Amino acid sequence: MSSNGDAVFSCHGLRVFVGDKEIVKGVDLEVRAGEKHALMGPNGSGKSTLASALMGHPGYRVEGEILLGGERVDHLPPHERARRGMFLGFQYPVAVPGVSVANFLRAAVSARRGADVPVREFRQQMQAAFAELQVPKDFVSRYLNDGFSGGEKKRLEILQMLMLTPVFALLDETDSGLDIDALKVVAEGVNKAAGPATGVLMVTHYQRILNYMKPDRVHVFMDGRIVRAGGPELAHELEARGYDWIAREVGLEPAAAAAEGSRS
Amino acid sequence: MNVDTRQGLAGINQDYAERYGFHDPEDYFLKAPKGISHELVEMISRKKNEPQWMSDIRHQALDIFRAKPMPTWGDSAMLGEIDFENIHYYIKPKGEQTSDWNEVPEQIKKTFDRLGIPEAERKFLAGVTAQYESEVVYHSIRADLEKLGVLFMDMDSGLREHPEIVRKYFGSVIPTRDNKFSALNTAAWSGGSFIYVPKGVKVDVPLQAYFRINAENMGQFERTLIIADEGSSVHYIEGCTAPTYSSDSLHSAVVELIAMKGARIRYTTIQNWSTNVFNLVTKRAHAHQDAVVEWVDGNLGSKLTMKYPAIVLKGERAHGEVLSIAFAGHGQHQDAGAKMIHAAPNTTSRIVSKSISKDDGRSSYRGMVKVAKGAHGCRTSVECDALLIGERARSDTYPTMDIAESDVSVEHEARVSKVGEEQLFYLQCRGLDPDKARLMIVNGFIEPFVKELPMEYAVELNRLIELEMEGSVG
Repeated sequence: MSSNGDAVFSCHGLRVFVGDKEIVKGVDLEVRAGEKHALMGPNGSGKSTLASALMGHPGYRVEGEILLGGERVDHLPPHERARRGMFLGFQYPVAVPGVSVANFLRAAVSARRGADVPVREFRQQMQAAFAELQVPKDFVSRYLNDGFSGGEKKRLEILQMLMLTPVFALLDETDSGLDIDALKVVAEGVNKAAGPATGVLMVTHYQRILNYMKPDRVHVFMDGRIVRAGGPELAHELEARGYDWIAREVGLEPAAAAAEGSRS
Repeated sequence: MNVDTRQGLAGINQDYAERYGFHDPEDYFLKAPKGISHELVEMISRKKNEPQWMSDIRHQALDIFRAKPMPTWGDSAMLGEIDFENIHYYIKPKGEQTSDWNEVPEQIKKTFDRLGIPEAERKFLAGVTAQYESEVVYHSIRADLEKLGVLFMDMDSGLREHPEIVRKYFGSVIPTRDNKFSALNTAAWSGGSFIYVPKGVKVDVPLQAYFRINAENMGQFERTLIIADEGSSVHYIEGCTAPTYSSDSLHSAVVELIAMKGARIRYTTIQNWSTNVFNLVTKRAHAHQDAVVEWVDGNLGSKLTMKYPAIVLKGERAHGEVLSIAFAGHGQHQDAGAKMIHAAPNTTSRIVSKSISKDDGRSSYRGMVKVAKGAHGCRTSVECDALLIGERARSDTYPTMDIAESDVSVEHEARVSKVGEEQLFYLQCRGLDPDKARLMIVNGFIEPFVKELPMEYAVELNRLIELEMEGSVG
């Protein structure tokens, strides 16, 4: 994938606090249209906090700038970021009992579009997305993430990502806990999503998914900072050698690479 | 589960005043003075031309009502606000009961038109009764059902035309002395529905009764008796509304259901009284062998509701269900629940109770499941789920289990779901604004209840909820 598209996402000097505690300690990142980035880090390094904060989770205080398609969005609530094309794939998608997948998807697609999608058009769009990702038809009438297996939830996240045509898709460990088939589905989804108008950032602990999604850039995240960046070869090096050597190189105790108290 | 702790919602029934809270000018044939006495009871009984035995039951009931103390459980503080001396116990509107809407007095007809009753009848009901204050002013039943021997009329007509059936079953499920309010109802009862479905007859579309209070400080005491003979089935729906006044009214019904061998009764209630009505209702069913009884009970309105639909599973393999939902908004307390008595072997039951409390509203689930000695092989499940909106909203659960046999399957689940903040965030991340997201969560929460309603009622319920969630006025 070429890297000459416009920046669809960037953040500058981003710091994230939970109460008084600083979890993300100054992050600069840029993703261009068509690019696939991976942000890798050990458990507890603050990766998920970063992902949620970028989307505007109300539990965090954020300093610094977040830009989507060149526009500041850091002052906007999550639904406004989503409507402008930011997508967050959840590590633990939340169940909403009693709400069917179809009703939810229609509401989400309508919100992204800024107008109600006609029922027929929506149905066709949904069926196409289901077929593309080989999602069983009975998902339509099941309640959102309610009683879904881990793999089913992740598949549904990817399906949502494709239906919502994001400008910037942020995937928070969408690869964790998946068998190889589900992993391929996620990777294929990412490869489809990244296109002339879309950039993707995969937040992950494992190198495994990167074999299938082939990132353009890899960032290593430790103790609330990006401590190293490079091409795909960096991911392979991490797989071969683990995280500790980088921690030592950048002057962190391996244990400190994972900031205590934060989410993984 | 807590949907939002920062922003209370505006209130269910936002447009209540306009849609239901209006009242007609008073124009009655007879309006009894306030208070209840043996003279009043005698007067009601004489006006109705009742047989002596019914008159005797009434007088005896009044003595029992006076002797019984107020319940000391439930919301006794709120109960204490009831002023029994400040209530009109009997009001008869002008005009005779009719089965032609055109003959209903103009003002009353306009009221029921406004409430959509004639329209609903044309569209999807097999029969309707409309009660205004103490009397049923309109009743009809589809001719083909009448031919099959289905009886559907007001209770007074039932007593007049089928005294042998009424005498046999009246008070057989809920005795006068069951509680203070069943005694009061027995003394002062007027109107309500009498239904008999003959053996093997299946009434395919619902019968509906609509209860309307109009006067201030009104006491409405309808009495309903439904008998489904062997292998028959019937679905009965009741709705009710009242004007909004600054002083209180009292609604105290007694409803008795009898499902004979293999029969099926579903009883659906959409209770939407104005928030100055005390709603203290006793509902109980007998389910004989292989019978199925379902109470589908929705409580949206009233100041205080105390209601615990009960099913006595008397015959082997009988099945009982109570599916209820309660909304408690500002100033409201919904103390609702269910009672299941497994009195025969291999009987099964299910209770699903959902409540939503918001502002300073309070909802309580009060339930009892009893398995009697000798009732082997029973299965029962109880599921309570509460949704709180706002920091002052309150929900309590008071479950009782009394199991006398060991080979019984009992499931009890009182769900305190995870705080809804994560649900809100998830839906917001998909572009839904917080109002839409909350509406979606609440609609999902009540979905198991709504899907049991006939479509027209489901639409109306969703509309009421949507109004609340949008916080719009009028």
